[in-house]
Amino acid sequence: MVSSGIAALDALTGGLPHGCLTEICGPASSGRTTVLLSALAAATRRGEFCALVDASDALDPHSAAAAGVELKRLLWVRCGENSPRKDNSPRRPRGTEKSEIRKDGCPISAAHFAAEVGISSQAVLNFDHKQKDPSNENNPCASEHRLEQVLRATDLLLESGGFGLIVLDLANLPLQSARRIPLTTWFRFRRAVEHTPTILVAIEQQPIAGSCSSLRLQLGSQNHSEETMDPTHTRLLTGLKISAEMIRSRLERKPARSVIFETRTAWAG
Amino acid sequence: MFACIYVPNFPVAAALRTEPDLQARAMAILEGKPPLEKIIAVNKQAATLGIAAGMTKAQAELCPELALRPRSALQESAAHAALLDCAQSFSPCVEDTACDTVLLDLAGMESLLGSLPEISRAIFARATALGLDAHVAIASNPDAALLAARGFPGVTLIPAGREAEQLGSLPVEVLFGCRTLRDFRRVDGSSREGHPQNESNDSDLLETLDRWGIRNLRALAALPEVALSERLGQEGLRLQKLARGTASHTLVPVEEPLVFEEMVEPEYPIVLLEPLAFLLNRLLEQLCARLASRALATQELRLALELDPAFDFESDSLFNQQSKISNQKFVRTLRLPLPMLDAKVFLKLLQLDLNAHPPGAPIVKIHLAAEPARPRSAQGGLFLPPLPEPEKLELTLARIAGLVGEQKAGALELLDTHRPEGFRMQHFMSEVSRKTSRKNNVEPATSNLTEESQFAVTALRRFRPPLRVKVTLEDGQPVHLVCRKDDVQGRVLWKAGPWRFSGDWWEREAWSRDEWDIALQNNTLQNDATRNEAPIALYRLVHDLLGGGWFIEGTYD
Repeated sequence: MVSSGIAALDALTGGLPHGCLTEICGPASSGRTTVLLSALAAATRRGEFCALVDASDALDPHSAAAAGVELKRLLWVRCGENSPRKDNSPRRPRGTEKSEIRKDGCPISAAHFAAEVGISSQAVLNFDHKQKDPSNENNPCASEHRLEQVLRATDLLLESGGFGLIVLDLANLPLQSARRIPLTTWFRFRRAVEHTPTILVAIEQQPIAGSCSSLRLQLGSQNHSEETMDPTHTRLLTGLKISAEMIRSRLERKPARSVIFETRTAWAG
Repeated sequence: MFACIYVPNFPVAAALRTEPDLQARAMAILEGKPPLEKIIAVNKQAATLGIAAGMTKAQAELCPELALRPRSALQESAAHAALLDCAQSFSPCVEDTACDTVLLDLAGMESLLGSLPEISRAIFARATALGLDAHVAIASNPDAALLAARGFPGVTLIPAGREAEQLGSLPVEVLFGCRTLRDFRRVDGSSREGHPQNESNDSDLLETLDRWGIRNLRALAALPEVALSERLGQEGLRLQKLARGTASHTLVPVEEPLVFEEMVEPEYPIVLLEPLAFLLNRLLEQLCARLASRALATQELRLALELDPAFDFESDSLFNQQSKISNQKFVRTLRLPLPMLDAKVFLKLLQLDLNAHPPGAPIVKIHLAAEPARPRSAQGGLFLPPLPEPEKLELTLARIAGLVGEQKAGALELLDTHRPEGFRMQHFMSEVSRKTSRKNNVEPATSNLTEESQFAVTALRRFRPPLRVKVTLEDGQPVHLVCRKDDVQGRVLWKAGPWRFSGDWWEREAWSRDEWDIALQNNTLQNDATRNEAPIALYRLVHDLLGGGWFIEGTYD
């Protein structure tokens, strides 16, 4: 077990386990990104190399630097819509190009893929030929494409080895898309890190890895709005109040309990 | 034994090498900016006509039989290369003493090439065949051979022990006559040719020897050493040793630049990447074997593919968009973060690169070059944290770049600016960071359960691109937001700000914005019946003062 960078979390869970999958779940402003950056900072301070597979390209570099992450030890994989879609086959005469969607490296037909993800095949073909607004994560095809990138990049990183911490940031993906990750994939990831010093962490809105995760934390926001009469320019966001509940732990038989801790903004001092 | 090949009047010799028909004519070489050109070298025929070095062009043009040629660095370079080639064909140990002089070590060459007279005649014949009118001399030490070549025309052979006797008749000017005698004392590899200070010292020494009545090397060799050193110092003693034929120096052989290139021309143009990979594998294995034989690795691979000239490039718009070619050549350069020597890794990286950037036309020739580099050395440790293997990491990064895009995977570097998103992506490496941490004395700890700060730093989770919102204002403050992202809209429950940021007003990309920290109802939890109080989500709201739009930049998470 190694430190997550937050004393309260370490007291609750004992730290993050090596060779296991850890899920950190919570809604917006529940402290998921803060916990993620603290874990990265602790890992880079230990001299380890880390990888962040960012499904929504949501990392803020300045927040990472403020949290103490050594940026040169962090590999940031920014998934998105601007990925190259290269045709690896020999050059065909023009006019004979066909659409094909690649899933896990194997080409499948648009109709088959559409049937799997539950959308119309026409939508898939349109997506395949047109560029969509990258910020439109509600577009199911865009989310599926990002998910495909995340899973394949994670497979490559796990196969490469040598990383102390690998994080999958799925927090901004629509829940429907994140839930489409089959349990076999999570099982494959867990087996890949088993008996290795690598820590695998998944950041999500809700738990999706089922029994594959060895540690599951549910974060919640304890922030409540308080109306005051102060002028707005005299107010300052000083931090967040986070509650963390250990939903599941296969490693040590601790009763489920929670802890509350605070975070501070970089400008609060 | 040592041989010296000397080409007298080198600028003239270089010009005559390219224009042999001027051999019988009077010829002079000009140098300088017009109209102030001056003659720097003349041949024998020109000298008999009274043309001398230092004359102006206008003066020389008064002589109608004289052929004037400008000094050409290219011609001299080619002549020098021919001189080196001639020397290297007789010995592997050749010193490039000056542009007109080379020294050869003939140790062991007699058993291969014959006796010393045969070798000297062969060198002379070879130099003549290359268009060089050279003097060749062989002696037991390099300095004696050099002086003999400079002083005696044709072929000279000085037996061991008779250097002083044979060199005695040479004038003392042969010790100073050319700046090349200073050059062969090169220590740092740079030429001191034409150094004004040296030329001034030489003329002073010559004048002194002339006043003493020392006209030849025999007279100089006979002077008493102590008295000579008292008057002329160490330089005088050095010149005396040269005159006696007892001076010697160690040759500094010419090192040929290491070139690692392989080429193949297939029988028919290659269209598919698979057969190309087969040929690349063969070339890479040969390159790696050659590098390994010299204990070298490589940090850069250059692949140049010659494309089918019959292919219609103009009509293929896809080809024109994708490929960077010039003159039907397709070039890709693979730069590695560390020196490596693994043919399989190189092949995989080239395949991934060609998949991402296909040549777009059939290939008729393949040329692969590797830039040699010292192999890296790394000391492993039992208690150090794991790190990715450089070769595997390169392959992984190339594959990920193929998935997400080339600039979408790597390490971060913050830029020295207050501009939002002031960062850039750079190549991710594992070895450099480790060295940097060693330099900064940051020792990686094995386990760190006790090390953490009391408060974690609140992080911002960004939306890229930022979410455009419609804001309802009251008294200039946001009170309600509408956004196409369902969970980022509603009444503003709490706000702080605004804080004004601006910058780069002197650039085209000036920016100016007001930032607000706002709290909205967390709509994803509004149906959660277990909650008594409605938690909130905190966002950063930005008002672009130049563009006029409102955006949600991110959420505090």
